[in-house]
Amino acid sequence: MTPVTYARAATIEEAVRLGAAGHRMLGGGTNLVDLMRQTIERPTALVDVTALSDTIEAIEDGGLAIGAAARNSAVAAHPLVRAEYPMLARAILSGASAQIRNMATMGGNLLQRTRCAYFYDPAGSRCNKRDPGSGCDAAGGFNRYHAVLGASEACSATHPSDMCVALAALDARIHVTGPGGARVIPMVEFHLLPGDRPDLETLLEPGEVIVSVKIPPSLAARHSTYRKVRDRASYAFALVSVAAGLVMRDDRIEDIRIAFGGVAPRPWRAFRAEDALRGGPATVEAFAAAAAAEFVDAVPLAGNGFKIALAQRTLAAVLAELAGSAR
Amino acid sequence: MAIRINGVEVAPPEDARISLLDLLREDLHLTGTKIGCNQGACGACTVLIDGERVLSCLTLAAQADGRSVTTIEGLGGADDLHPLQAAFIEHDGFQCGYCTPGQICAAEAMLREIARGMPSYVTPNLGAERIPLSRDEIRERMSGNLCRCGAHNGIIDAILQAAVEPVA
Repeated sequence: MTPVTYARAATIEEAVRLGAAGHRMLGGGTNLVDLMRQTIERPTALVDVTALSDTIEAIEDGGLAIGAAARNSAVAAHPLVRAEYPMLARAILSGASAQIRNMATMGGNLLQRTRCAYFYDPAGSRCNKRDPGSGCDAAGGFNRYHAVLGASEACSATHPSDMCVALAALDARIHVTGPGGARVIPMVEFHLLPGDRPDLETLLEPGEVIVSVKIPPSLAARHSTYRKVRDRASYAFALVSVAAGLVMRDDRIEDIRIAFGGVAPRPWRAFRAEDALRGGPATVEAFAAAAAAEFVDAVPLAGNGFKIALAQRTLAAVLAELAGSAR
Repeated sequence: MAIRINGVEVAPPEDARISLLDLLREDLHLTGTKIGCNQGACGACTVLIDGERVLSCLTLAAQADGRSVTTIEGLGGADDLHPLQAAFIEHDGFQCGYCTPGQICAAEAMLREIARGMPSYVTPNLGAERIPLSRDEIRERMSGNLCRCGAHNGIIDAILQAAVEPVA
């Protein structure tokens, strides 16, 4: 690890000031401290932002506001999250381990970086995300865990978060503040696709601090779940995951929310599948057709073609479960 | 400010790079806490901060400033075994013993999480106020602590016993 200084921000303003001066924001440290030890991240100054808002509370006109410093386990345990946004509780609980969820913050989870093994191997592998322009060893290498949607020639690394998949499905909004003032970024736009600049991962500008995440209320959020498929039963990153919410009315799908994890460089909101299903019947055939529509442009690599069928089947199974309990 | 470790106040290190794990082992010689993967994958370094289980390898010591840390040495010792330590011995919850301090710290916090109604990924009903302690619940909740000897069944037996025989 290269030498680094440590400071704590007592206010958002202090965090913004230090961020503008080049300090890196430190949440729980579960990702950043690891990346620093591997010398993949080499900040010279850290500002600990875990003393900033960690409140989780209902918004007056509906919805939920979660402070950026709220720990993942606190969010999953919150009665409002469990009752009104079960996909979010289940997504968080499916991620990492209890120890890591106790440490990890809302803001840190949003900003965590890929677990691509080549990204994590500075001594032995080329990686366009770590070292732009150097090449990508995943393309011709072990790419079982890589993306089938939204990838580029430069990078096919997946976004690792479970929580973010639920936030994408729930139309969350990320409230940030920085040297240029405060602004709100829709979750579905927050993470960037790699294109030819996979080193650029979010819309966050230098010095900007995540303040809170707000989630609008919806019936689809209340009737929702999250399913994760992985190589072992627990404590593993997703091969494929699905966050979905479903509302039925007179045997028709009134509202539907779908997002995938493990298949793309960002949490993948499945607008095509949603459009195919909204207003139609909740049948096995409709679920399969909608899933196929979402993956029509999928591009498999040598090792990850199985994800295309796996993701479609997982979606169909999750929707069948939700439709069954909606009747 | 200071870090309170098993009730004793310790000054945080000057070098911000020092992890809580290295502070415990190298500076304070509290070697019960083990260094396994040093990258958050194995759970051997699990300790409690303000009563909650965390990984000391991914915690900078500076982050623990002003907080209270409990290690395996703070839970029990040879002359005053913690009920979980006694249960691990009774049920062969280890072979080499290297992951054991982390397992016991994690289990101690886990039983309190269940008692206050914290759900897990395998909890069927997220709204349940009381969550029954099952082998599946323990497996899921302890998945952050690996045992390369494969003593997991003994570990689950030990935790189940300690859960029904709380500290007097």
